[in-house]
Amino acid sequence: MSSSSPLIDAPSRLRMQGVCKRFGATVALAGVDLRLEPGRVLALVGENGAGKSTLMKVLSGAHRPDEGQMWLDGAPFQPRNPIDARRAGVAMIYQELSLAPHLSVAENVLLGIEPGAGPLMRWKQARRIAADAMRQLGRPDIAVDVPVSRLSIASRQLVEVARAVAVGCRVLVLDEPTSSLTRQDIRLLFDLIARLKGQGISIIYISHFLEEVKEVSDVFTVLRDGRTVGSGTTAEVPIDRIVAMMVGRDVEDLYIRSRRTPGEEVLRVEGLAGDSKPVSASLSLRRGEVLGIAGLVGAGRTELLRAIFGLAPVREGQVLVGVYVGPATPARRWSQGLGMVSEDRKAEGLALGLSVADNLTLSQLDGMGPPGFVRPSRQDAAADQWIARLGIRCRSPRQPVRALSGGNQQKVALARLLHHDVDVLLLDEPTRGIDVGSKAQIYRLIDQLATGDPTSGRKPRAVLMVSSYLPELLGVCDRIAVMCRGRLGPARRVAETSEHQIMLEATGAAEIGALPAHAAAIGVSS
Amino acid sequence: MTTVDYQASSRFTLLPRLNWREWLRRLGPLVGLIFVFGVFSALRPATFLGPFNLRIMLLQTAVVGTAALGMTIIIISGGIDLSVGSNVALCSVVIAYLINAGAPPVLAALGGIATGVLVGAVIGLLVSGMKLSPFIVTLGLMGVLRGTAKWVADNGVLYAPPELHLGDQWIGRLLQLDTTHWWMVIPPGVWILAVLAVLVAGLLRYTKFGRHVFAIGSNEQTARLCGVRIGLTKVLIYMVAAGLVGIAALFHYSKVSSQGDPTSALGMELDVIAAVVIGGASLTGGEGTVLGSLAGALMMTAVGNGCQKMGYPTFVQEIVTGAIIVIAAALDRLRQQKTG
Repeated sequence: MSSSSPLIDAPSRLRMQGVCKRFGATVALAGVDLRLEPGRVLALVGENGAGKSTLMKVLSGAHRPDEGQMWLDGAPFQPRNPIDARRAGVAMIYQELSLAPHLSVAENVLLGIEPGAGPLMRWKQARRIAADAMRQLGRPDIAVDVPVSRLSIASRQLVEVARAVAVGCRVLVLDEPTSSLTRQDIRLLFDLIARLKGQGISIIYISHFLEEVKEVSDVFTVLRDGRTVGSGTTAEVPIDRIVAMMVGRDVEDLYIRSRRTPGEEVLRVEGLAGDSKPVSASLSLRRGEVLGIAGLVGAGRTELLRAIFGLAPVREGQVLVGVYVGPATPARRWSQGLGMVSEDRKAEGLALGLSVADNLTLSQLDGMGPPGFVRPSRQDAAADQWIARLGIRCRSPRQPVRALSGGNQQKVALARLLHHDVDVLLLDEPTRGIDVGSKAQIYRLIDQLATGDPTSGRKPRAVLMVSSYLPELLGVCDRIAVMCRGRLGPARRVAETSEHQIMLEATGAAEIGALPAHAAAIGVSS
Repeated sequence: MTTVDYQASSRFTLLPRLNWREWLRRLGPLVGLIFVFGVFSALRPATFLGPFNLRIMLLQTAVVGTAALGMTIIIISGGIDLSVGSNVALCSVVIAYLINAGAPPVLAALGGIATGVLVGAVIGLLVSGMKLSPFIVTLGLMGVLRGTAKWVADNGVLYAPPELHLGDQWIGRLLQLDTTHWWMVIPPGVWILAVLAVLVAGLLRYTKFGRHVFAIGSNEQTARLCGVRIGLTKVLIYMVAAGLVGIAALFHYSKVSSQGDPTSALGMELDVIAAVVIGGASLTGGEGTVLGSLAGALMMTAVGNGCQKMGYPTFVQEIVTGAIIVIAAALDRLRQQKTG
């Protein structure tokens, strides 16, 4: 794999060859090749779980590769830690910005590399370096003395870029940089990227928005299942060809939708408005159907589910569960037969330190012993049933959830709803960040739940599902409603809508008549 | 998906299924305790290991040990209580006040415990109702309770009138060995601590409340999502814990020869927190055991007692105890790194 040597006469700015990384039994990277020239922009694309973030962690020194080699300007590049990589000239800007909000722009730019005389900080020099960096980025108007907390998101991002520029970076990695920017700020970011290119800085641009990739990048590399499956010059390859490389398999097989007959209405939402989102949402969900909610990140879909489940306040409108109307708490919703899977598995969905059995049974500990009491052996027995039925891979029900893979963690979160035996499942991004195999199992499970099983007398359930991945919604749901800027549109039958139509509605273009760049997003950021 | 018959499929297990790391976590504090005992037993076999000294150590542990049971629940839930020392002082002064006012000992004891429970309710309501951090709430209460104790004691010490002969009544003999009954072996207060320890361990492991305590400490957001009534559970946590502090105050009252001294038990909260941390609990919540906390409390007593037997000055004891806390935390961190 590493037999060929780097080109001597014209070394690339960055070169990766056969990079592999395993975590226990999981293969995160199975051979990545990548080449980036000075002053060029490389778009790194791939589905969630394709290995982009692991690759970036290898590049930034957070992980060390098991196999393969990297060269920076022809010299072997083996960062031992992120500081090492930064010193060598590789800087990362993550989706979540890493700034100290109380400190000034200058302090943030020079954090860790403060110019000083002994222990004393040379403030004048610090301000000058920071101001120089800002000028280099074409934004001398940003004062270096103001605290970062007073800047807009776009300006904060600029401070991060200035931090990279101030240490003289040669490779700048931007991870989903536009996900929280307005259209105007995206424009400014692209101008900035052009400026940095002009200064000979190489950029790795990670994005799900292929329109952006088309516009901003010179070359692209596609990752799938941890390996490089294609690369080329962006201008020469049409978008659908890139999509085909990313998906690389017949997506139709993945999704299952049995014949379903919707029953009685189990959940009705009328004119629901939350604190800021949703602005207005109405829907009706019947037993035996899967209703999908599409929309861009930040449209208010998660807030809608949270308001329905009693996790977020309701300002106006009402939620009817069966015949019940009234104030909601999660505890009450569970007892009414609703269950929810959170979009944020780590922060909310699961208590990572607790065992599989504890996580699975937390919402429903009744029946595990005399009233108020819990017998751990019965918790284990209940968990064992679901572990077997859903094929959750773990050593025992006592194993902490933290030790499980993402897909298996998600199955535990779903199994909680099954253990509780709920009638209505609210699923927020149920397949985010998990492997294709687990995705397929979850699609099959959703289908089984919505279809029911007449032979065993199992009643069909109702599923309300939020997803940013359109093929998934189109493949699994019976009807899809689109949310845009807090407003939920009418639900349409899947046969009567299309990816194109949904994207028009999601971006608000259906009303305005124009199609912004975001409309070509094929899967929105995680 | 058929209904699950948990009854039929539940196995009889004498011991929970655990891997070796989990065993290490549970038994680590005990191993440490045995080590400390071993060292002093080897150095001073005659005076340290004798039954008389063992009894002394047990009753020296009774107050901190009882309060540590409550602190274990709080720390598992991700909270903290810095007002334990002040609360012990207040409750014992209330007991002394009631005794001196002529109340029967049972009523006085219940009055002290009720004071503790009330304080716990206040902490719990402030934490869950006002969404204040327990650190701040109990830091404030530390001063409020201490001041209240001094107020109740009229800025002095409440000595029991000698005509009551408290030394002959049960409330004055909780931490003395009952020599009339050969089977008592250890003082009644230590028996009570043992029973309470079993009850609290059972509460944490075998009740819904206990599982909710772990869930809140491990991830409060998840607990909320799963319908756990967080506010109510937190109020209960602080009430149960402060009730145990009230019982600890009863022992304290008995130990300091039945007087209510509002300036006593100063800084006791730190001993109590240290015992729980040495016992393997995590200050970020979600982890901790009753057995560990008791081992931690005993270990601190053993170090103090052993150093005394060795004739070391008290500063040696302070340094060793402090070092044990840091070592316990460091070992715990190493174990977690191996797991993660």
